[in-house]
Amino acid sequence: MDFNYTEEQLALQDTLRRFIAKDYGFEHRRALAKSADGFDRSAWKTFADFGILALPFPEDFGGISEHGGNAVDTMLVMEMLGRGLALEPYVSTVVLCGGLIRDAGSAAQKKALLPAIAGGELMLALAHFEPGARYELDHVATTATAAGSGWRLDGAKAVVLGGPSADKLIVSARAGKGLSLFLVDAKASGVTLRAYPTQDGARAADVKLAGVKVGADALLGTAGAALPVIERALDYANAALCAEAVGIMSALNEVTLEYLKTRKQFGVPIGKFQALQHRMADMVIATEQARSMATLAAVRVDSRDAAERSRSVAAAKAYVTQSARLVGQQAVQLHGGMGVVDELNVAHYFKRLTMIGLTFGDADYHLGKFSDALLVA
Amino acid sequence: MDLNFTAEEQLFREEVRGFLRAKLPVAISRKVLGGKRLEKGDFVRWQQLLNERGWGAVAWPEAFGGTGWNAVQQHIFDEECADAGAPLQLPFGLKMVAPVIMAFGNPAQQQRFLPRIIDGSDWWCQGYSEPGAGSDLASLTMRAVREGDHYVVNGQKTWNTLGQYADWIFCLVRTSTEGRPQTGISFLLIDMKTPGITVRPIIMLDGEHEINEVWFEDVRVPVENLIGEENKGWTYAKFLLGHERTGIAGVGRSKRELKKLKDIARKETANGRPLIEDQRFRDRIAQVELELMALEITNLRVISAEGEKKRAPGPEASILKIKGSEIQQMLTELQMQALGHYALPYLENALDAGWQGDAGMPDYADYAASLAGHYFNFRKTTIYGGSNEIQKNIISQMILGL
Repeated sequence: MDFNYTEEQLALQDTLRRFIAKDYGFEHRRALAKSADGFDRSAWKTFADFGILALPFPEDFGGISEHGGNAVDTMLVMEMLGRGLALEPYVSTVVLCGGLIRDAGSAAQKKALLPAIAGGELMLALAHFEPGARYELDHVATTATAAGSGWRLDGAKAVVLGGPSADKLIVSARAGKGLSLFLVDAKASGVTLRAYPTQDGARAADVKLAGVKVGADALLGTAGAALPVIERALDYANAALCAEAVGIMSALNEVTLEYLKTRKQFGVPIGKFQALQHRMADMVIATEQARSMATLAAVRVDSRDAAERSRSVAAAKAYVTQSARLVGQQAVQLHGGMGVVDELNVAHYFKRLTMIGLTFGDADYHLGKFSDALLVA
Repeated sequence: MDLNFTAEEQLFREEVRGFLRAKLPVAISRKVLGGKRLEKGDFVRWQQLLNERGWGAVAWPEAFGGTGWNAVQQHIFDEECADAGAPLQLPFGLKMVAPVIMAFGNPAQQQRFLPRIIDGSDWWCQGYSEPGAGSDLASLTMRAVREGDHYVVNGQKTWNTLGQYADWIFCLVRTSTEGRPQTGISFLLIDMKTPGITVRPIIMLDGEHEINEVWFEDVRVPVENLIGEENKGWTYAKFLLGHERTGIAGVGRSKRELKKLKDIARKETANGRPLIEDQRFRDRIAQVELELMALEITNLRVISAEGEKKRAPGPEASILKIKGSEIQQMLTELQMQALGHYALPYLENALDAGWQGDAGMPDYADYAASLAGHYFNFRKTTIYGGSNEIQKNIISQMILGL
């Protein structure tokens, strides 16, 4: 039993904390959200220099350690990115697509793609969820049909996070019975992106695939056997989102506490009022409990037992989402009118927390998943 | 970062389990697991058995006969004891007055009282709250006036738990009305057999006699029973409350009760199917399990930080108290609700061990009888030990600086 970070982890955390404080301030972030790319390409290069774009990869493919970093490394990175409300598509490129290539890719694919991700030269997005699928992972209508030595892809994908900046998409499609994954160039003929900003200032796209031709080497992993690989990647992504949410909640508690101590009404700081103190105490409790669950997710997501892994991540995502809702809503409430304006970071933290709660399964979805596992246990 | 117990800790767990299998009397564990009434003898017997093994006071330092175990070992011990159905070791002697005697008592007091706590000879109870001093404890008014070698004590204590069995009571008494209310309080140990003490039962909402009011009329207490210095009692009282919150999360016990809830939900039926297959009810079980998973890790985070700093838990223990008590209440409520209207019958005798059921009562009555009562009884958990609202004040002031 050890709840401490290693020296290396603490050093990385410190580096990121200083970067966010110095080079990723709130005004900078606000401007980025309105820019064409919607994120900071120079920050992405900095992330490459820090080594965090290679975090989950083995050393041979540009990673920083022999077997690749673990999910606890990812947790502390995500917590810091959360504090900075970083807009860069880290989860899409590194956690999701990087994880899929690491887990399912051939040696040649890994060699070609992972070092490019690590170096910040290649961005990817997972085009998996579809209109009407909601959060169900095996609801895929996009088809892959054999065409010559390769494949032909047809279908539609919804809310592809990080889609507009992606050089390559990883597309899930049904070839016969099971699901398969394909690496598709974002500029390939037949691929159409409708790009848009998301509520939290990031970027996503709806993607149409009309007769998209890819070669045999585009297949990622075994044809028809992608579902468990996708499940694992999304568990990693959800564990990462839990950590991001905890970072945001901590930051939100800090700014809210500061506000309670400085904002005066009736001649005293509003933090003197018990009704407000108890809301703040509730936020602190919710954040500590959420931190515990995010830690559980980070530790268990590396488990070899898929049922154990999924059950723990579902538990964490459900609980963290519930906590995030409480903390976000109360932070806005405690800021009064200042909580509902665009000018302050509070609303932006709140919006990101809310969108995390809707991404890759909401609280009800994950509670249901955890609850249904009680029938098996 | 590692959430696994070490091989050594696993071995330790096996050792505790082995002891419980061999020594915990089945007659006692059956009562605990079945929600039956425990008698004084059950608590005392268990304390004696633990003491014979050298585990009478797991949180005490070795110098006073404790185990010297670290926080993780104590956690494992609590968890295994709860799971096996061991009675709770009552906190009043072991966890409340003993640390005060160790920290502030003189050697004579330490030698006189501590061995009799650890071997179960003395049953202690608490004299803190008064009718006019609950959350505002410092406003207490029970007077102790010095007359030669004695204090003469007059007044009333209330919400006294299991004082009907007690040999001794530790009291906060007012020895001065000068200055701030906190500065005129002393910490006094009083023999319950002293003339002038009257214990009157307060029957709780579940019909049980668990608490009392205790009246003091010209009770003469030798000055050698004063802890530390006169008028410094508030310092000792706060020290005690810090220790009271250790283990207050009640994770081990709640894990056992969650298991019981699932058992009940598998046994009860709805629409001809096990209740646990009813999604609406199952989701409520799932929700409380999430809360408990989070609390278990939060608790481990707090105790491992304590272990590193070698200190009693600070204000973060308030978080454990709030969540722990809320979860205990959720569990008792769901256990009751799992029974539906079969929770209605009030069968006083059904709480006695060995009750075989009344003629004509269905067989579920044996485990059903205690559940509504426990729900009612457990409303106390968010009130005692500093109400949850007081805990939020502590978080606001001590952690947040508001």
